[in-house]
Amino acid sequence: MSTLTHEQGKPQLVNESGLSKPQLRELLADVSDFLYREADLLDERRYTEWLELLDDDYRYSVPLRMNVPFADVADNENTKLGAEVCWFDEPKSTVEFRVTQLMTGVHWAEEPVSRVSHLLTNLRLTRVDLPEVEISGRFLVYRNRVSDETDILVGRRRDVLRRAGDDWKVVRRTLLLDQSVLLAKNLSIFI
Amino acid sequence: MTIDQSLPSQRVSDLIDITAGEISREIFVDEAIHKQELENLFPRAWLFVGHASQVPNPGDYFSSWMGSDPVLLTRDDRGEIYVLLNSCRHRGMKVCRYDEGNTMQFTCPYHAWSYSIDGSLVDVPGDLHGVPHLKSAYQGQLEKAKWGLVRCPRVHNYKGLVFATWDEQAPDFLDYVGDFHWWLDNLADAFDGTEGGTEVFHGVLKWRIKSNWKFVSENFLGDTYHGASTHASVEAVGIGPGGKGKRRHGERQNQGGFSKGRMKTSFRLGHGASDNLDYELPYPEFAEPELTEYFEHAWNKRAEKLRAEGRPLGGRGPATMFPNMSFAAGFPRSILVAHPISPTETEVWRWFLVDKDAPDFVREWLRQYYMRYGGPAGMTEQDDMENWDYATNASRGVVARRYPYNYQQGLDREQPSELDRAVHSDHAIAGEVNARAFYRRWAEYVDNLSQQELTERAQVDERIDRIKERQAKSAAELEGQA
Ligand code: FES
Ligand SMILES: [Fe+2]
Repeated sequence: MSTLTHEQGKPQLVNESGLSKPQLRELLADVSDFLYREADLLDERRYTEWLELLDDDYRYSVPLRMNVPFADVADNENTKLGAEVCWFDEPKSTVEFRVTQLMTGVHWAEEPVSRVSHLLTNLRLTRVDLPEVEISGRFLVYRNRVSDETDILVGRRRDVLRRAGDDWKVVRRTLLLDQSVLLAKNLSIFI
Repeated sequence: MTIDQSLPSQRVSDLIDITAGEISREIFVDEAIHKQELENLFPRAWLFVGHASQVPNPGDYFSSWMGSDPVLLTRDDRGEIYVLLNSCRHRGMKVCRYDEGNTMQFTCPYHAWSYSIDGSLVDVPGDLHGVPHLKSAYQGQLEKAKWGLVRCPRVHNYKGLVFATWDEQAPDFLDYVGDFHWWLDNLADAFDGTEGGTEVFHGVLKWRIKSNWKFVSENFLGDTYHGASTHASVEAVGIGPGGKGKRRHGERQNQGGFSKGRMKTSFRLGHGASDNLDYELPYPEFAEPELTEYFEHAWNKRAEKLRAEGRPLGGRGPATMFPNMSFAAGFPRSILVAHPISPTETEVWRWFLVDKDAPDFVREWLRQYYMRYGGPAGMTEQDDMENWDYATNASRGVVARRYPYNYQQGLDREQPSELDRAVHSDHAIAGEVNARAFYRRWAEYVDNLSQQELTERAQVDERIDRIKERQAKSAAELEGQA
């Protein structure tokens, strides 16, 4: 299990490992590069290779967003992971199901395949507790399919990565999609 | 085929030929017809608004839709459930833009008229309570009792399922659903048969599709024909209770003598189900033994209770209650509403149900299963949306509109039913009898027949007479041969 908690909105870097500034910069460059490579694998539909980047205790979560009063944002803006209905809140085994489905060739939601680009930005380390690091950022996932069907999914993301040899594995991914009513007809791609 | 394709048509019933099994594409894409649906169908039918467990306490509210209108499902200080039009009586501002919450008063942001659901302040929940400058602005003449939030006059809480209609003349809810209520019972009752023993998980999936809303209703009404092709990919994965190699709904491999064979059930009132009450499908065998044990116990308890009442154990759907509430009462157990936005756009909402007293391991298993099964991220439903959207899209063309859809499966091969004004399909998977009845009912509403005419038309189900004629004819033929 990941030792890192996964709360939102930590403004400051928690540097448990006591790394120096140059070390932190190098670490950020390293994990960013990893995440960009991972995004390329997804966009190129190299799912088998992509799955290898997910650790066994990987968890993929996208809660629902709700329209709530300012005072309730902290408590009620998102549905609760682990207990309530979310767009996704699942272990690696379910992610593997999805990959199997995508590779059947008869998964009509992705036949013909969509054109997808994962853009990652605003990346910064929020917690360093080696061998794990937590990195926060924004995502923009563009999907175009068939002819004019176009979806733009934007929001915040928070990943926990774990050192694995020379490389990293993803342990936890939580995305906050900036829509309450999903304006895409489905989520047949990984965000 | 004599469908008159020249539009605007005076009557939508001219676009539906259920004797020939042909329905014009216009009813799925035409603006004027869509407007007629909004005017004549949605405000006069009983619609699903939400679940009572979403508003458990006084002051709780849940924002919903009824056709083209935003509504608030509320609970007042006496525990009564109300449905209020979410639009200020002064200039129409949507008084509440939150999805849910708790308040005893909705204060309009525009000019601050406030509406109370506190019985100690107003006579009827939703009544106008506060008006800024009441004396100087209206010389104290404003009749506050007349200017409360519009209250839906008819609300029916059926075992936690809350339905409402705007039409004072509409039949009582129980008459509107007829014998279809057995499916609602299976939806609302717990897995062990405890009456109304369910609640919804917190979190309603909401998403937009570029499809006509009727594709959605029709899909769950009895289109089991689409499963093998549409859902081939998810079936190959094995997302169901039994895991790999087992079916996604969890049917056991050997249903054998337990089941009397599956038939669809079609009601004259427009409702339809993909199964029949005698189709007794036990709960699944799970990969996890403790789940199998839990559900076996629930099944046995339910069987004992229902047998004692003389009730068959089947009727879990998928099913659609006319016009736009669909559900399945088994695996998964879920409610869907297809809110009409335009002829080619629909907002779909999906709720998931769970037994109130389900232990945590059952609750969590179901939550995981529901999320991987249904909704836009669900591995089953993703492929449905692809079909509904592109079916709508490819039916919009000028030439495409000249050619009707085919609804001829099982035409004149309907089977008798013991249920009131209902017939069955003659085939488990094929059979479009449900859709034919749905669209006939749809046309009766959209053509704006009065509630009295609607009731009279549905008084008899002439399909039953035709079955009898057919049976008499074949008996006579047999006799002739002898
Ligand atoms: S619109 Fe609501 S108070 Fe004026
Ligand atoms: Fe389907």
